[in-house]
Amino acid sequence: MILDHLPALQVVVPLLAAPLIVLLRSGRLGWLIATAVSWTGLVVAVLLFLRVQDAGTISYAMGSWAPPWGIEYRVDALSSYVLVLVSLLAAVVLPYARLSIAAEVPSDRHYLLYAMFALCLCGLLGIAITGDAFNVFVFLEISSLSGYVLIALGRDRRALRSAFQYLIMGTIGATFYVIGVGLLYLMTGTLNLADMATRLGAVQEVRPVLAALAFITVGLSLKIALFPLHIWLPGAYAYAPSAVSAFMAGTVTKVSVYVLLRFMFGIFGVRLVLPGLPLLEILTLLSAVAMVVASLVALLERDLKRLLAYSSVAQIGYITLGLGLGNVDGLTASVVHLFNHGVTKTALFMLVGGIALRAGSCQLDALAGLARRMPVTCFGVVLAGLSLIGVPGTAGFITKWHLVLSALQAGQWWVVVVIATSSLLAAAYVWRFVEVAYLRIPTGPVAREEAPLSMLAPAWLLVAACIYFGLDTSFSLAGARDAAVMLLEGAR
Amino acid sequence: MTAQHLMLLAMVAPVLGALGVSLAQRSPNLRETLSFVAAGIALVCVLLLVPEVYAGGRPEIVLFEILPGVALAFRLEPLGMLFALVAAVLWPVSTLYSIGYMRGNDESHQTRFFACFALAIACTLGIAFSANLLTLFLFYEVLTLITYPLVTHHQDEEARKAGRVYLGFLLGSSLSLMLIAIIATWMMAGTVEFTPGGVLGADISNAAIGGLLALFIFGIGKAAVMPFHRWLPAAMVAPTPVSALLHAVAVVKAGVFSVVKVVIYIFGVERIAGLSSVDWLPFVTGFTIIAASVVALRSDNLKRRLAYSTISQLSYVVLAAALLTPLSIIGAALHIVSHAVGKITLFFAAGAIYTAAHKTKVSELDGIAKRMPWTMAAFTVGALSLIGIPPAAGFYSKWYIVLGAAEGGHWTALAVLGASTLLNAAYFLPIIYVAYFCAPADDGHGREHGEAPWPMVAAMVITATGVLALFFGMEFPLALARQLVSL
Repeated sequence: MILDHLPALQVVVPLLAAPLIVLLRSGRLGWLIATAVSWTGLVVAVLLFLRVQDAGTISYAMGSWAPPWGIEYRVDALSSYVLVLVSLLAAVVLPYARLSIAAEVPSDRHYLLYAMFALCLCGLLGIAITGDAFNVFVFLEISSLSGYVLIALGRDRRALRSAFQYLIMGTIGATFYVIGVGLLYLMTGTLNLADMATRLGAVQEVRPVLAALAFITVGLSLKIALFPLHIWLPGAYAYAPSAVSAFMAGTVTKVSVYVLLRFMFGIFGVRLVLPGLPLLEILTLLSAVAMVVASLVALLERDLKRLLAYSSVAQIGYITLGLGLGNVDGLTASVVHLFNHGVTKTALFMLVGGIALRAGSCQLDALAGLARRMPVTCFGVVLAGLSLIGVPGTAGFITKWHLVLSALQAGQWWVVVVIATSSLLAAAYVWRFVEVAYLRIPTGPVAREEAPLSMLAPAWLLVAACIYFGLDTSFSLAGARDAAVMLLEGAR
Repeated sequence: MTAQHLMLLAMVAPVLGALGVSLAQRSPNLRETLSFVAAGIALVCVLLLVPEVYAGGRPEIVLFEILPGVALAFRLEPLGMLFALVAAVLWPVSTLYSIGYMRGNDESHQTRFFACFALAIACTLGIAFSANLLTLFLFYEVLTLITYPLVTHHQDEEARKAGRVYLGFLLGSSLSLMLIAIIATWMMAGTVEFTPGGVLGADISNAAIGGLLALFIFGIGKAAVMPFHRWLPAAMVAPTPVSALLHAVAVVKAGVFSVVKVVIYIFGVERIAGLSSVDWLPFVTGFTIIAASVVALRSDNLKRRLAYSTISQLSYVVLAAALLTPLSIIGAALHIVSHAVGKITLFFAAGAIYTAAHKTKVSELDGIAKRMPWTMAAFTVGALSLIGIPPAAGFYSKWYIVLGAAEGGHWTALAVLGASTLLNAAYFLPIIYVAYFCAPADDGHGREHGEAPWPMVAAMVITATGVLALFFGMEFPLALARQLVSL
């Protein structure tokens, strides 16, 4: 009985938790509730994933209003995959958050932070689960607005500036999206995504559809932080509280990529509806530039968090590159990298949060000889860094394998060169940390001082996941391939 | 115990050894004992596997699928058997040597050293046993990473720079070229399994094969074919036992082993023999052989001379594989063995000279044989083997490579081999000459020294004896190598 309402529970539980946390006005209770909610969310997401594996797409009519009139929650191979990713990362980050937040945020704001966290989680899960274009916008705004607040809670004053910058860019993105959806509604008379896809084929007038495509693509690219629309990202990730950076780095941009995938393949059906439009080529080109340029910037960064943030911009390039290549292996790479990069980058931000806590700084110059003080943390950074590079045996390798395969199949040799270059640049910026932490003489005290266990253990769980999902790909890769095949069938 | 168990145990024993070494940090004697125990177990396992492979068995382990259709899997065949034997036999010997060296030179971080050393051996055995390109690639990359702490052992500016060159060349070549080659193989052939006769179908064009071969040859940076050779001299900043076992045996041999394995089991000797797109390779390797020998000739630093000699000798193996005749393939396999034993002896001697006399330059070795007779005797045996003079093992492998070149009518290769032999003699014989026949120069300190600590001398004597013994007992590796070409 209750199993039939899983799709609603996925979103409603965090949504209700947020006001409850505010009412209780207790940081500790807020953390407890948020953690419980995130774990519940993970259970629900896994159950949904398994049901989709067994029985195919689940359609859930919100309030029993039948689609396309009512709001439909639609859980298919792709959305269930994203749900698992988002709820998994939330469930791992929250236990970590307690001590990290306690150290970084004034205690009178803790309950607000956890309320916002629950809202953000609700928004992200909502985006992934809903089958309604306008509902996506609503959840996008819920996650974004709470995201701005979360970032602004960072103790560094630059956090305010970054949050404001993100707010401006994010609002432009959301507005573009809703304009695009408005145009599509104008042409098709429906907001239900599946319905829209079928009706769009009958639309004669192409120009408004083109305009919609342009608005939606650009709007979402802002949210994705696709180069060159990425300028909000480094500041936001670098100055937000560590736990927030960790959660957002793994989820926010990924969910926006999910929406883009939905629209490009599910609604517009790139090749058929809009022949002759060089959309995929542009996407490929921008991704390639992102992979090289952002990696170069990361190579020059002195602040470890900013280094990781620029690395994120580059890695988002991997995801959109697969999308741009547009064949099964490319899309598989995109989807699997949502997961692989989500896990890898969250692990890294969590570990760096521990470094910020103990070393008091994330400037590389201040971290000389850190491996003697925090050997477990530093080794974790190295392992997750290897996944970032794409060394075999790590999750990142699985992505790279499919990306290169996809580029070779498409006959795009220059893309292969870009991928190779980008992974070498990744090796270079990861090794900057290795040299500083392992091969420089420490300037300060060298007493062993690891981050507290409640921070270290969740982070290492994800580090282990970076290795595990590089060897056992039966979940990550199989799920991604199902999603990719589904998307391409939708495009046909 | 079945062969599968033995294979797993051989790979797991060094890993457990490394674990034990890390835990026994406080008691050096226990720690070293654990290294020996692990080395002993691995050696026994590998030795017990020999009869099975000799009789034609190809024991196989499939652990789990990493990518759809590609599993983490191991399959033992004659070439891998030979390589595993080399690594497993020389590991305990060099452990003995390392103990003398590390203690004699008061090196720091000895626990990390022995732990990484053991893990490197585990990776080497993983490479030797691998059943497909992905498994090989996995262990190949881990081997690069696990040897990085060994190269940067001294943790100073010099080590940091060398570490960059080391990783830059090895990761750079493999993560770009080799990975692309593997994925291209997968795309063209639909499999990356090592298959006798190769996996490339008749529909694959001549040009594609040539391109793929280039990607493999240069992508496998550990084979140090020029211009991807710079990491090897850079790695000489490491303590000498590292240079000896890893950068004369395990790591570099992992490179040439991979090349030979790819040529035999991915391309297929008969499939690509005579193709116009692959006949550039003997010239590239020939150039490497000559150029590296010339650099060796001009190097006064002993370890650097040995490093360039290694580069040159590695290209012997690649050249032999590239000649694509049955006899040269046998030569390639044998040269992996004979060069390993000879070169480790030479590095052992260089390290002993450094430990006992603190000398690193060839020009300082006048008359040193009077003080270090055992060391120089071992050095002489190793040098003779590398030049290819009987009764040393190197003669045999060189003989087969020459036969292969003659069989294929490859006169350039013959000329290269001849010239290189002269060059080898030119850079080794003067060392032997001055050590035995020149009067020791007064180094200003008037410091007296004798031999290096006994474990180092013992290790050298063992490997030098091995060089001679291999000459007389070559039938046995030869029998394994013959299975490669089913003669």
